[in-house]
Amino acid sequence: MPQTGLTQTRWGRRLVIALPYLWLALFFILPFLIVLKLSLSQTAMAQPPYLPVLDLAAGWQGLKDFIGALSFENYRFLFSDMLYVGAYLRSLSIALVSTVLLALLGLPVAYAVARAPRRWQPLLITAVILPFWTAFLIRIYAWINILQREGLLNDLLMALRIIDQPVAWLASDTAVYIGIVYSYLPFMVLPVYAALEKMDESLLEAAADLGCPRWKTFWLVTLPLALPGIFAGALLCFIPIVGEFVIPDLLGGSQSVMIGQTLWTEFFSNKDWPVASALAVMLFALLLIPIVIYQRLQTRELEGR
Amino acid sequence: MLRGFSRFNLASLALGLAFLYLPIVILVIYSFNDSKLVTVWGGWSLRWYRALLEDSAMLDAAWVSLRIALLSATAATILGTLAALALVRAGYFRGRLPFSAMIYAPLVLPEVIIGLSLLLLFVALNVDRGFWTTTLAHTTLTMCFVTVIVQSRLLSFDWSLEEAAMDLGCPPLRAFLAVTLPLILPAIVSGWMLAFTLSLDDFVIASFTTGPGATTLPIRIYSEVRLGVKPEINAICTIMIAVVALVVVIASLLAKRNAASRDQHALGAPM
Repeated sequence: MPQTGLTQTRWGRRLVIALPYLWLALFFILPFLIVLKLSLSQTAMAQPPYLPVLDLAAGWQGLKDFIGALSFENYRFLFSDMLYVGAYLRSLSIALVSTVLLALLGLPVAYAVARAPRRWQPLLITAVILPFWTAFLIRIYAWINILQREGLLNDLLMALRIIDQPVAWLASDTAVYIGIVYSYLPFMVLPVYAALEKMDESLLEAAADLGCPRWKTFWLVTLPLALPGIFAGALLCFIPIVGEFVIPDLLGGSQSVMIGQTLWTEFFSNKDWPVASALAVMLFALLLIPIVIYQRLQTRELEGR
Repeated sequence: MLRGFSRFNLASLALGLAFLYLPIVILVIYSFNDSKLVTVWGGWSLRWYRALLEDSAMLDAAWVSLRIALLSATAATILGTLAALALVRAGYFRGRLPFSAMIYAPLVLPEVIIGLSLLLLFVALNVDRGFWTTTLAHTTLTMCFVTVIVQSRLLSFDWSLEEAAMDLGCPPLRAFLAVTLPLILPAIVSGWMLAFTLSLDDFVIASFTTGPGATTLPIRIYSEVRLGVKPEINAICTIMIAVVALVVVIASLLAKRNAASRDQHALGAPM
């Protein structure tokens, strides 16, 4: 009979469950409930700058007044203004296009790593992941260096006589796409590599022996095997990209804003906390289905169920 | 086994790595540029590093960030490791599903949502925002990354080792500390380092949760970057890259020493 380890003793088990559980309930779930509540409130010239505030001292009557004062006004406002609807749609389309670009770019890189000699693979995959460890802000900043009007990209293209006038790369959708693809590439390469790494070499040999050309083997054997990895990578990229703030703010133009920027402006510039909260709740609602699918994948991957 | 490695593979790997590294290399080179104009090369020099030493606002911000990163990474590692043990070893318990949902959601959830919700919590609790609130926020975010890294190590862990120790009369706590903990330590260290770099790097969440008097380095850099490219920023970025590179090299050396443990993929993987 196996002995009970520390995490299976009564107190050990309680400790490992309760401590992180309470932490996340207090700092992840409770804050989210507050956002939900605030999205049903109104702005006020007060401290804190919203109404109603739950008055616990007033007891039952206070609770009733509090609930009675909540309304869906902010949501009605969001849907009536094309500014917000447009920002949501733009964010979704930018995230979708970038995810496709990431898959197109990430697949060949992951495939190459998986095809490299075995003892080289850990080094190569670390090389792909390493930029993820260097600060995100720095990597976006590095692109400003390159893309600005007097930057290196224009210098290079002009030296090559591809263009004869500097192009304004910054403050455009192109720059946003470059920034997103650059920042999220490791998140795509890693799961695709993980899927391809498990691939049975003999499948490719069998295909080659039977006279299947390389491109066809790729299409018929490799790609279907890589699909679960591509799917996982797509979720891992798509969900955070929809709410991206830094990249569109630094590289994008002022005419085309993403929802993360709209939320930011509502909160920091307009100081309209209830509308910012409603925007956050809507953003979460939009991402709910991909998040649930992602969690299922994670559970299967990490808990073997 | 190079047989299967085609020219197409080589080209995509080379182009992929070039795409990933060129911008960083360019940034590092230009941090040693003597010219005041960021785009004109004026010869090698350390003048922007010297200028950095005199920029007390930037140094203060770096110090704040460093302290937040050290504290939050340590707290996150403890909480995250406990959570990983709960998910792998505690079997079924009530509320297990919401528990794993709370662990995995912050990994992908847009940062603006996390930042806004934490800020509203601090306002509701009437807590002054600053150093400690940012540390709490970073702990919450990064503990989930630690959990996932430690969890993937625990999955392949041979628990019969711990059982053997206890069969030989070792009490549970000692068996855990003397057998299990040293074996999963590389994953815990990787988790700490990831938590540390994520905290050092975070701009969005810190913007919501910090207050006057606790400006972090990314917030400081961001406000400078919005005004345009400055050679001094190149210098501070180069230093940050060097610090992170050093941390990663140490982490991979540690991982190599425990080559038997299969956590190479966990080293940098947020999954």
